[in-house]
Amino acid sequence: MRPQALLAAALLGMALPVLAGEIAPSGRRSGYDFMSADSKAMQDDDTANPAMLSVLEGETLWTTKAGAADKSCSDCHGAVDVSMKGVAARYPAFSAASAAPVDLGQRVNLCRRQHQEADPFAPESRELLALTALIAKQSRGMPITAGGDPRLASSVARGRELFVQRQGQLNLACANCHDDNWDKHLAGSAITQGQPTGYPIYRLEWQGMGSLQRRLRGCMTGIRAQAFDFDAPDMIALELYLMSRAHGMTMDAPAVRP
Amino acid sequence: MVSMFDPLHLSRRHLLQLAGTLTAATALPLVTVRPAQATPAMLASAIRNLVGEAQVKTGKVRLDIPPLVENGNTVPMTVSVDHPMTPDSFVKSIHVFNEKNPQPNVANFHLTPSAGRAQVTTRIRLADTQKVVAIAKLSDGTFWSISVDVIVTLAACTEEMP
Amino acid sequence: MPAALVNVPPKARRGAVIEIKTLMSHVMEPGYRHTAAGEVVPRDIITSFTCRFNGAEIFRADLFPAIAANPFLSFFTTASESGKFEFEWIGDNGFVATASAAITVE
Repeated sequence: MRPQALLAAALLGMALPVLAGEIAPSGRRSGYDFMSADSKAMQDDDTANPAMLSVLEGETLWTTKAGAADKSCSDCHGAVDVSMKGVAARYPAFSAASAAPVDLGQRVNLCRRQHQEADPFAPESRELLALTALIAKQSRGMPITAGGDPRLASSVARGRELFVQRQGQLNLACANCHDDNWDKHLAGSAITQGQPTGYPIYRLEWQGMGSLQRRLRGCMTGIRAQAFDFDAPDMIALELYLMSRAHGMTMDAPAVRP
Repeated sequence: MVSMFDPLHLSRRHLLQLAGTLTAATALPLVTVRPAQATPAMLASAIRNLVGEAQVKTGKVRLDIPPLVENGNTVPMTVSVDHPMTPDSFVKSIHVFNEKNPQPNVANFHLTPSAGRAQVTTRIRLADTQKVVAIAKLSDGTFWSISVDVIVTLAACTEEMP
Repeated sequence: MPAALVNVPPKARRGAVIEIKTLMSHVMEPGYRHTAAGEVVPRDIITSFTCRFNGAEIFRADLFPAIAANPFLSFFTTASESGKFEFEWIGDNGFVATASAAITVE
């Protein structure tokens, strides 16, 4: 073998663990795509989709005054279906104040602190899930644009690093399942590509609503790794990378997933 | 019940008792053609509470439930009865049971002739791979049933309670 | 009042068989689960659902712990006259929730 070919092979070998599974844009599929007909039907019908109960609660919260400022979301933002259209499709987004990405839940809590002068909602609280479900629903059918902001490039790269980094007692990276083995099965459910198009979701397993952060923590626990803390910078970077993977895909929040 | 007997050491008296048990069991309103011992006692007794001494025939009832469920915590299920809904002849109630959850009852649905169609959809929990049984009670007092086997796989990625 | 979603067609032809769909937000704690400390989480479920049309019961369900959280129920009725559907969910620990929907029958 000529030295050049050797070098190429060596480079290819080094690159493989990272790049082998990258999913081509044309081959990308959302979690919806992998679901059974029954679960799809549950999501498709707003009168049967249990996530709509959370959206309904969000509608009430949207117009409820809160905090020392005694202001509701609608006092500043007006009608949610106008002001929040397409917003969730670009989150996590760059926050100038912290010079870092914030996800939708964090954005809601920033509003609560700064404008309502209220205590932030706890991660995975009923209220936070309800408001994020309501806001995410306003991006239904719209293309995901998160990750496009050049100020977020280093965070996307960090998220990608975390995605391919093996961790936990099972020594698995996200990529081992979601790049390299998607469409195979873990028990009754398909392994998806990790394109988070529908969060927050109503997960059949949970029998309730949950954020992408909760889902990621579930995965980490599943591979016997120490789950990232809610809202930890690495958690947000991973969320951001996943949304950037789904760039251009259609939002289907609030989704049903197994 | 039957499995309590060791077939290699059965006395004639045991055999007679066993025969008696089987006869009694056969007379019980079982809903499937499977042998009595395949049905856990709780399911059998829950069904007996409903139907008493009446015969349960197989047929008329349809149970739509995924044979391999995506998640046992939320399983969509539709039960329907192929029977007219008129004031003179209608489906009075539909009863859904399961075999291996902690308790055998899932739901009872009470209908009236005005329903027009004897069909109900809900979402149920199945703790394990098991049989689901639906029994319809008609206005003439007859019982009809169906039994469906459902495979439940455990969730691959479990998590701590939030 | 907990969130409830009921879906009834606002209009129907007389004699048409229509589908009614209901979703009620409820944890449906089965009473068989244990905390990390080993204590049983007490049962907290909806035990009964009733639908009445113009005051008369048209559908009722007895629910058990095997019903999934946020109970979904869909059933049918014949549109006979204009009027009001009333829905009632009753459960453990004094749980009572109601909802209603009107229909115009032509």
